Amino acid sequence: MARIIVVTSGKGGVGKTTTSSAVAMGLAKKGHKTAVIDFDVGLRNLDLIMGCERRVVYDFVNVINGEATLNQALIKDKRCNNLYILPASQTRDKDALTQEGVGKVLDELSKGFKYIICDSPAGIERGANLAMYFADDAFVVTNPEVSSVRDSDRMLGILSSKSRRAEEGKEPIKEYLLLSRYSPERVKLGEMLSVDDVQDILSLHLLGVIPESKSVLNASNSGTPVILDEKSDAGQAYADIVARYLGEDKPHRFIEDKKGLFGKLFRSR
Amino acid sequence: MSLLDYFKSSKPTSASIAKERLQILVAHERASLNQPSYLPKLKQELLQVIQKYFEVNENSISVNMEQDDERETLELNIILPDEETSKKSISTTNKGK
Ligand SMILES: Nc1ncnc2c1ncn2[C@@H]1O[C@H](COP(=O)(O)OP(=O)(O)OP(=O)(O)O)[C@@H](O)[C@H]1O
Ligand SMILES: [Mg+2]
Repeated sequence: MARIIVVTSGKGGVGKTTTSSAVAMGLAKKGHKTAVIDFDVGLRNLDLIMGCERRVVYDFVNVINGEATLNQALIKDKRCNNLYILPASQTRDKDALTQEGVGKVLDELSKGFKYIICDSPAGIERGANLAMYFADDAFVVTNPEVSSVRDSDRMLGILSSKSRRAEEGKEPIKEYLLLSRYSPERVKLGEMLSVDDVQDILSLHLLGVIPESKSVLNASNSGTPVILDEKSDAGQAYADIVARYLGEDKPHRFIEDKKGLFGKLFRSR
Repeated sequence: MSLLDYFKSSKPTSASIAKERLQILVAHERASLNQPSYLPKLKQELLQVIQKYFEVNENSISVNMEQDDERETLELNIILPDEETSKKSISTTNKGK
């Protein structure tokens, strides 16, 4: 049985797809057979971030409609043979995803995969609801910014009520906070909500802090999940996140401002 | 004002303002998430009735539903205008399920 992870946020543009691609690649590189699914029907982008946009033949909706088999639609990653991508459809039909159809695809995937990552679209419409409905774990991607925190809180409410686990009275979805686009310098200046501020409001299990980083745009330019840029801060942050999720004990990094003059003078290393 | 005073006058940072606003908003939204969907309509209709007798507006009436293990409580709070009566306030709570 696979573990199903939804990457969600409510607010758009906070880093869900960046996170989905990085986490999927990270889990696969650790030896786990992983599939990552784009739920953003009509606006598919995961294929671009994963660098497989030219290999898309069939998509998620084709599989649901029986126009292609799952094996035909899954794209095998060229860098890691444990990783498969299921692209979203570009159809403008908003009702293309059905709960039954999504459930069937996830069931079939569950037989062969260890982890299934669902890259949710923004908002609280059908695609977002279906991405979270079947989840076991939720990665709530939040930026240290008022509207993102508010939307995350709303998503938490929805996660706890409108999911299969909630409806079947099972153990609730495990919720994790991924605080992204964090600038320790700005936090220090009082210009940005700190990890603690966000945690005072959301009080979730903190899986990791991803710093605001130029490496993310560089990675997306070339269609490489940023986790493969092992020298970059964001890449390392995602590697830590994957390790922590798998139960490794990794101290948090990228929370403190280390660029300050005093930091530089007094740090031993 | 000396330079030292300038540094001492601790103007709240924008982050602390953000946090405070969020805390209030989120608490409010979490509470209203569990409210029955007919509550806004109930409030409107109550307001219409009360407006027949008093000059009150939307802000002077609050309707809340709270739930604990034992019972549901509907709380209705109306602040009456000053001219008519010196700050009279009707507050009704209706308990029981
Ligand atoms: N840690 C980061 N540092 C800098 N830029 C980032 C970071 N994370 C994401 N971004 C940038 O933010 C933008 C949005 O990222 P992404 O597409 O992952 O968000 P999303 O939540 O999937 O958006 P949507 O809601 O539209 O699906 C991209 O341009 C990406 O490069
Ligand atoms: Mg996205």
